[in-house]
Amino acid sequence: MAKNEKIQRQQMPEQAPLVRKNNFNEVPKGYTAEMAIQEAKRCMQCKKPACVEGCPVGVDIPGFIKHVSNGDFTKAISKLWEKNSLPAVCGRVCPQENQCEGKCILGKKGEPVAIGNLERFVADYEREKQLATRPEKAEPTGKKVAVVGSGPAGLTVAGDLVLKGHDVTIYEAFHKPGGVLVYGIPEFRLPKEIVFSEVSGLEKMGVNVQLNTVVGRIVSIDELFEQGYEAVFIAVGAGLPTFLNIPGENLIGILSANEYLTRANLMKAYLFPKYDTPVVRGKKVITIGAGNVAMDAARTALRLGAETSTIVYRRSREEVPARQAEVHHAEQEGVKFHFLTGPTKFLGNDKGRVVGMEGLKMVLGEPDASGRRRPVPMKNSEFELECDLAIIAVGAGANPLLTQSTEGLSLNKWGYIIADPETGKTSKKGVWAGGDIVTGSATVILAMGAGRQAADSIHQYLSWGW
Amino acid sequence: MFKIINREEMAEGTVILNEIEAPLIAKKARPGQFVILKANDTGERIPLTMADTNTEKGTITIIFMVVGKSTALFKTLLVGDAYQDVIGPLGKPTHLEKLGDVICVGGGTGIAVLHPITRGLKQAGNHVTAIIGSRNKDLLILEDKMRAASHELHVCTDDGSYGHKGFVTDVLKKILNEKKDQIKLVVGIGPVPMMKFVSLVTKEFNVKTLVSLNPIMIDGTGMCGGCRVSVGGKNKFACVDGPEFDGHAVDFDELSLRLQAYQEDERQCYDHFCKCQD
Ligand SMILES: Cc1cc2nc3c(=O)[nH]c(=O)nc-3n(C[C@H](O)[C@H](O)[C@H](O)COP(=O)(O)OP(=O)(O)OC[C@H]3O[C@@H](n4cnc5c(N)ncnc54)[C@H](O)[C@@H]3O)c2cc1C
Ligand code: SF4
Ligand code: FES
Repeated sequence: MAKNEKIQRQQMPEQAPLVRKNNFNEVPKGYTAEMAIQEAKRCMQCKKPACVEGCPVGVDIPGFIKHVSNGDFTKAISKLWEKNSLPAVCGRVCPQENQCEGKCILGKKGEPVAIGNLERFVADYEREKQLATRPEKAEPTGKKVAVVGSGPAGLTVAGDLVLKGHDVTIYEAFHKPGGVLVYGIPEFRLPKEIVFSEVSGLEKMGVNVQLNTVVGRIVSIDELFEQGYEAVFIAVGAGLPTFLNIPGENLIGILSANEYLTRANLMKAYLFPKYDTPVVRGKKVITIGAGNVAMDAARTALRLGAETSTIVYRRSREEVPARQAEVHHAEQEGVKFHFLTGPTKFLGNDKGRVVGMEGLKMVLGEPDASGRRRPVPMKNSEFELECDLAIIAVGAGANPLLTQSTEGLSLNKWGYIIADPETGKTSKKGVWAGGDIVTGSATVILAMGAGRQAADSIHQYLSWGW
Repeated sequence: MFKIINREEMAEGTVILNEIEAPLIAKKARPGQFVILKANDTGERIPLTMADTNTEKGTITIIFMVVGKSTALFKTLLVGDAYQDVIGPLGKPTHLEKLGDVICVGGGTGIAVLHPITRGLKQAGNHVTAIIGSRNKDLLILEDKMRAASHELHVCTDDGSYGHKGFVTDVLKKILNEKKDQIKLVVGIGPVPMMKFVSLVTKEFNVKTLVSLNPIMIDGTGMCGGCRVSVGGKNKFACVDGPEFDGHAVDFDELSLRLQAYQEDERQCYDHFCKCQD
């Protein structure tokens, strides 16, 4: 047995479940430098590292881990930045078990190297100490680029292009930048300070961030070109909530996850009444769906005082799309799971408030288009579940606000923008797109990857043409 | 920051007018559209339909009734103070076209929203009859402006302290009885019960009716679904599909209930605010 395999994976120190379910502080506390070095020593430094293939942006994983094992965290962050401009974010939210860590050969027999935890450590260390030198900015090119949306895709494009000397402006609809990282993912999973520090880093490099600007309303894409922009990158995310379209869904106390999380996170309803925005605080909460969004909602509900927080999911545990760590954390905190159940109706009282849900049990049938076995309702399996708050977290669609106000932009049948998978080019000259508005709801790292490709393509265009 | 350059108190200080510097919004905004305002860091996002815009000065005007914590906070902002965030223009503009004879019905602060639409309908070449109402004379707003924006103005007060004693729907019914075949459109904007009854009256006469809805909103871009309203049995997002809808298809009772979602919290927040002000 190689010596690496003898060292145990360093367990991430975490807030205890019973403590953390009452606060919004981050759950994992992060590695110490000693732990990071220990963990880094487990890496086999494979000649053909499978982990790198597993990473959608091809981070040089053995490379950065080598620096960590030598205690040279500054070299490690520079290595990470080569491919990933938001390592503090990705280390926290990437589904590592399906990506880098899923491919790690140590994982075949034991536990994989904690790549995400190391990435997070290195980025946090640098954010605190500020020792590394950021790459040099190129001479100004005098070319103006507009980025629409400040989620991970938009931030990546802005960072890459400002470095190449272009004059970049980000337009964001909300009053705060960061996209889902700020309005969707809760503080206990991704402290907002991390996102704001990344954005202020971009601003220091010269990126201009215009908030409160809904492109398609106050300014159109064509008007941006008239204002002298030579390229536009669209990264508006998948901001359209999906509802179940079942009876009773408009009762008070039934919210889309987008609304629930936006109130709680962006508007800080968890600090109500110090902050003015309220959110329904249920005692018996059910969340429909089992993705990351659903886990975030169910765990937020606990922190807002729920006595019970239950996930209702129509497939089985195996099909749960959320990150393993989130499911694990949710269970530790006391979130209950009802698998193979689907809602059919919500019940209300005379004040129009939800008091329960009616549902049916399911069995798994033949695989559907997604390759997952399709849930089929069982006859005579009706049941009722009491609730005073129901959160609908069954996915998102393409928000049509911008796309329908832009001529010449080809969309697919679901309303997502059609963009070249290699370059992000759309059917409209000078316009690129990437992230969830192209792929549908996906991941932070895929949005960043799309941003990086588009930035390369935009730079080429600004240098030599479409 | 969005500076207030003009401020007026109306209706015994219960209604406030703010003219706000927002040149880009002013340039784009059209009658019927709204903005979302947030006073400060801890503030709530509040949607308000614009009462006016001035492209030369680069300003927009909002008129709001002080009903809870957030509007009480807005009331404390004086000339020279600023809103931290103003987002807009949002929603679909009113479709202003020449139809013939139209009636514009407004109640409470709804009159502020109705005014630019009334003016627009007159400019588009329609013959405009306006009916406005309030609880009593002192609470009535924008009478002069509404008179100028229409060809014929009727005023109603619930207690009869001014104009016709009774509801706007009484006058509406009377006019429709007299010349129902001539009236091509009724626009009704005001409190939800008023819009409901206006729509019930016009339904009897089968006259097309537009209402402007004000559900609870967060983003104003179709992202959260909090503003959903049932229109003709289908869910619509008021912030992007509206705010104007066919009054005969809107489920007003559901809207009334949904507007009460945070009543308890509102009170708590308002009490907290009042304590801090003392
Ligand atoms: C609750 C939640 C939890 C998640 N958890 C994870 C996770 O753990 N791991 C993971 O990898 N992924 C996760 N995801 C998915 C991930 O966040 C998204 O895939 C990613 O953020 C998409 O990035 P984006 O840049 O395409 O868009 P977004 O992050 O959606 O950003 C789009 C931005 O554009 C703005 N915008 C929209 N329209 C306009 C307009 N017309 N004008 C100007 N601005 C506009 C929006 O306000 C928003 O700020 C989660 C998503 C949610 C909602
Ligand atoms: S970016 Fe994500 S997938 Fe890539 S190495 Fe980091 S954690 Fe793994
Ligand atoms: S306010 Fe969120 S969808 Fe309308």
